[in-house]
Amino acid sequence: MEKTTFIVGLDGSEAGARALAFAKDRAKADGDCMIIICYVIEWSPFAFQTAEENAKRHQRREEEIAMAHERVLDPSLAMTKADGFDIEGVVRHGDAAEILDSLAREKGAKQIIIGRVGAKGLKARIFGGVAGRLAAASSVPVTIIP
Amino acid sequence: MSQFKYIVAAFIAFIMPAMAAAQEAEGLDARINQIFADYTGWYVGFIFAPLPGTSFSWIALWLVVGAVVFTIYFGAIQFSGFIHSIRLVKGDYADPNDAGEVSHFQALATALSGTVGLGNIAGVAVAVSIGGAGATFWMIVAGLFGMATKFTECTLGVKYRNEYPDGSVSGGPMYYMVKGFKEQGLPLGGAMAILFSVFTILGALGGGNMFQANQAHAQISNVVGDYPGWITGIALALLTFAVIAGGLQSIARVTSKIVPFMGIFYVLVSIVILLMNYDQILWAFGQIIEGAFTGLGVVGGFTGALIQGFRRAAFSNEAGIGSAAIAHSAVKTKEPVSEGYVALLEPFIDTVVICTMTALVIVISGVLAQDPETGLYIWNAELGRITTEGDVGGVALTSAAYATAFSWFPVLLMVAVVLFAFSTMISWSYYGLKAWTYLVGEGQTKELIFKSIFCLFIVIGAAASLDPVIDFSDAMLFSMAIVNIVALYFLMPIVKRELHSYRTRLRSGEIVKKTT
Repeated sequence: MEKTTFIVGLDGSEAGARALAFAKDRAKADGDCMIIICYVIEWSPFAFQTAEENAKRHQRREEEIAMAHERVLDPSLAMTKADGFDIEGVVRHGDAAEILDSLAREKGAKQIIIGRVGAKGLKARIFGGVAGRLAAASSVPVTIIP
Repeated sequence: MSQFKYIVAAFIAFIMPAMAAAQEAEGLDARINQIFADYTGWYVGFIFAPLPGTSFSWIALWLVVGAVVFTIYFGAIQFSGFIHSIRLVKGDYADPNDAGEVSHFQALATALSGTVGLGNIAGVAVAVSIGGAGATFWMIVAGLFGMATKFTECTLGVKYRNEYPDGSVSGGPMYYMVKGFKEQGLPLGGAMAILFSVFTILGALGGGNMFQANQAHAQISNVVGDYPGWITGIALALLTFAVIAGGLQSIARVTSKIVPFMGIFYVLVSIVILLMNYDQILWAFGQIIEGAFTGLGVVGGFTGALIQGFRRAAFSNEAGIGSAAIAHSAVKTKEPVSEGYVALLEPFIDTVVICTMTALVIVISGVLAQDPETGLYIWNAELGRITTEGDVGGVALTSAAYATAFSWFPVLLMVAVVLFAFSTMISWSYYGLKAWTYLVGEGQTKELIFKSIFCLFIVIGAAASLDPVIDFSDAMLFSMAIVNIVALYFLMPIVKRELHSYRTRLRSGEIVKKTT
């Protein structure tokens, strides 16, 4: 039988850590499970940049990915592996809600688990936070951890 | 940050002499002007020399002929590939694994911020006030042809760029001249690259810098009243220095976000004015078509309109100059041709859309005086242009035309002109820097020297009225086009091969649209 896959959105916050803890509980209960933790670096292909930023963009991207691994993913990966879980880490650039949903489809995940970070700022109020948009448009079930 | 303060302090010490000089500018202006006129006048005269028996400079013809040749050679790619260009910019063919890299849209937006500027506002007013409404028609025609030139140079820019181990990229005509010529077994590529780089540095200091600073100051003092130019110069120089040398990318980021919105807002205001005068739109197009073939009374008639339109388009969208090839080469793509497709939208947006909007509003606003009986323009022989309300020209004419609909527009235009000038300076500092490092090599000190010189020239440009210096640097800008277009003629078969391969793979389904 194929493994059950959970996608967990991590952002380095407490809420993200709670989401991972919840996923571990589920994995323990379900048995043969795979946890994929994903850190999304907010990025838009339609943002405006200067010529110099463009020239150095590839370098910056590598740095961003390395930093996401070092600060957020790697510590969680090590800890979760030590607890005996199957886990892998993914860093992607883009819109968090879209990336988590497309990753879930790509990996055939059973559900997406994310922490609820209170919607702050004007943008989040108008367009909804990541949790809200994911809940509204996701193609797999979404669990939002308060 | 403390290092940044140190750099700023050093820079202020560096520009102090320039401030002092600027304050006693009159004597100095005259002396510099004289020296420049004596030594460079012949070259400026050569570059802008009119064709025998006309007032049409051969350099504008050089750009237009190049654009027509590329249009024919690539089978009118600007029309057949237009839809595909838009799809590329939308990201339809983007590889999801490249998320976070420079997108087609970003490369296009960055290149546009270097070209959209004073040319679209002040330059169009000059063209229409001398060539009449008909100049608009020829400006659109030249803009449409220029799209093929951009396609050619930007494809080559990406194909022959340098990618360094740290992942940064450098590209532009100097690289395709060297690598492309070598690949084709042609001589002189290296010499052309050096010549191109020298022209680029001088052009960056002049047209991409002093002229912008000068016009920004002119527009501010036009609105708030006269004050010494060095104040504007130092403010702009400090801001620019903070961005390009101090690494204060936040200023650049803010500017690079505001400028596109200013551009969009400018077009929207233009559309609103046109809608408010919707009953005259057909009449305005009639004027443009009629003026294009008769001149409607401007000096030189049909050719007078044609010359102004062609010149404005060529000078505004920079097609053939080679600067865009530097900006576009940072894109992340495996297909150089795809960036060529994207780049061809640049003259379309710059010239066919934005310049045309300015021209339409000027024509509809009625600021150009016409004889009510004959419908011909009333020529002011003394000023060498059509009589206008308040006898103004250039940016003041655009301002007056828009003010007929919205009285607050001159203030907005001032902000737009200053921001456009600033973003053009930031872009050109980068083009100049790339040419500089191509000549002297990369290295922090070497780069800082160029950046300091660049900022010093902002102060000089804003403070002084150095027409011969600005003429010389304009001549440099167009000298870039001489070298660049020669290189494009030799390298266009390579672009054709790339295009053929790309189209074949597009048809066979090897290059596919993203499904999500």
